[in-house]
Amino acid sequence: MARIDLVDLAHSYGGNDAPEESFALKPVTMTWRRGGAYALLGPSGCGKTTLLNLISGIVTPSRGKILFDDIDVTTQTTQKRNIAQVFQFPVIYDTMTVGQNLAFPLKNRRMARAEIDKRVAEIANLLDLTPYLSRKAQRLTADAKQKISLGRGLVRSDVAAVLFDEPLTVIDPELKWQLRSKLKALHRDLDLTMIYVTHDQTEALTFADTVVVMHDGRVVQSGTPAELFDKPAHTFVGYFIGSPGMNIVPAQVKGREARIDGHTIALNRNYDRLPAGAKIEVGVRPEFVEIASPAAGLLTANIERIDDLGRVRFARVRVGDVKFAAKVPNGFSVPGHQAGLVFDPSRVHVYADSVLVEGTA
Amino acid sequence: MDKVINQKAWFLVLPVFLVVAFSAILPLMTVVNYSMQDTFGNNQFFWNGVGWFKELLDPTSDLGSRFLASLWRNLFFSAVILAIEVPLGIVVALSMPRQGWTVAVCLVTLALPLLIPWNVVGTIWQIFGRPDIGLLGYVLNHMGFDYNYVSNDFDAWATVIVMDVWHWTSLVALLCYAGLKSIPEAYYQAAQIDGASRWAVFTAIQLPKMKRVLLIAVLLRFMDSFMIYTEPFVVTGGGPGNSTTFISIELVKIALGQFDLGKAAALSLVYNLIIIIVCWLFYTVMTNAGVERQPAKGAK
Repeated sequence: MARIDLVDLAHSYGGNDAPEESFALKPVTMTWRRGGAYALLGPSGCGKTTLLNLISGIVTPSRGKILFDDIDVTTQTTQKRNIAQVFQFPVIYDTMTVGQNLAFPLKNRRMARAEIDKRVAEIANLLDLTPYLSRKAQRLTADAKQKISLGRGLVRSDVAAVLFDEPLTVIDPELKWQLRSKLKALHRDLDLTMIYVTHDQTEALTFADTVVVMHDGRVVQSGTPAELFDKPAHTFVGYFIGSPGMNIVPAQVKGREARIDGHTIALNRNYDRLPAGAKIEVGVRPEFVEIASPAAGLLTANIERIDDLGRVRFARVRVGDVKFAAKVPNGFSVPGHQAGLVFDPSRVHVYADSVLVEGTA
Repeated sequence: MDKVINQKAWFLVLPVFLVVAFSAILPLMTVVNYSMQDTFGNNQFFWNGVGWFKELLDPTSDLGSRFLASLWRNLFFSAVILAIEVPLGIVVALSMPRQGWTVAVCLVTLALPLLIPWNVVGTIWQIFGRPDIGLLGYVLNHMGFDYNYVSNDFDAWATVIVMDVWHWTSLVALLCYAGLKSIPEAYYQAAQIDGASRWAVFTAIQLPKMKRVLLIAVLLRFMDSFMIYTEPFVVTGGGPGNSTTFISIELVKIALGQFDLGKAAALSLVYNLIIIIVCWLFYTVMTNAGVERQPAKGAK
């Protein structure tokens, strides 16, 4: 187990001379706590897997440094770094039994026989693989195979970190849930640093205590699930996390007021010093906009449809050209085609060129 | 619903049936016919029943001893070239580049020997090995080795084996290379993570994944080497003495040299039978290897 520091780390598959805009991973400096459960969240192609492979040493970075407990490992091979990684598709050694598969990483490191047996039994027990230990791994189902891959990642107790690269892609939804809870439990039991790559927000939010959101090769925000929900640092985080995503609307912001489609809404903080020439947007989660009967002083919207998600209803509305999602209060019957929008001023954020602007009190 | 019985399909099969009849069944039956008779020319035939087969399988007779000796030579030859070509092909495949322009260079270079006609290969080596004008023979003799494939049994065998290795290792290498290319990158990455040594990567990942192409390579090489005729015929002509006379060479000698059509027909039928049996054995082994895989695939 180790603390992992990334210092100005960047990677380009096109070589170091490529323009920085084309980098798969743009320069990032951040710290991964010892024993933390992290999720690396972002859409396909945002650089998550690149970042993971840089940490594990499968890929050598174009720029920057990686430190494990203050020791520079940037040029070290994967073997030397002592890290475990589980891949998207199950990797099993066909000719070996399940037990031999689990023992493989330990055997390669010349651990004592008795020690290996003990460790393998322990991990097999945690993953419910004990009945299969002496069976050939090749004939098992995809679920079981991926469990073996997970097992091989967890079997070494001394690893700096365990990295998961979308490990549950091939697993049935029901088992997915079970395995994820199992991983979370394993994290508590084994006290390992875990980094979990996924493009599924539910998966990220349920597994991790810190979620790192990536977009277009950049780390745009890193925080607890609550922080990502309450205060997205980037418009991308706003609409990528949450269902439906955050409403992002072009607006003119001055002082404590924002003008949307000719209508003024109040803000909780003062935004006097916005960067000049930047694209200004206002972001508010659908949970914090309610529809009401049209009234003077409310932003008027045209209702397009109502999505009933069971416990909560969202109205899809349109203000001028801008689409909006807004919560329908319980017991509120929707009045005709038009409705007024009620904003919660403390939940309305201002973004300049997609980045959150902290107002002054 | 009434089932309409339609016999038109027979007409569609008929052309194939005719082609197969003229190309395979009739010649084969002619051989079966010959194998039961003896001839002294002039198209005069005498009935001999299973006499030739009895003689063929009796090691004390002339025909039987010749057959047995050449059969052992064939089996020995196949065993030796398999023992060399399969490991060598694997090593070549493993050391080939995986990407870049060098891949094309390697592939073309490897394919070259495969494109050369058998008798040309034989002629190349026949001249290459000559002590007077051949590069190989000349150099070896000047280095102090008494190398002469025309007079020395061991030299003749060595030449024929090295020639076959030169000609056919590429095939094994190309098949193995295809097998290696189909292994997903994640396996190598996982092996790195698991701290596997180069040898462990080979035994745990590469060899198991190459198993199927290797079976095909072994099958093809066994079949081809068991039927070998042209190259040794051109290089050594079966000599010195009978030391490199394989079954096919013996067969041509009996049929066309001595014009003993009956003996030759019996020999070729037994030869054919051996090949069919070996084919069947390989086929069974291969399909069984496939059956083992089936449940895992179905489970996905």
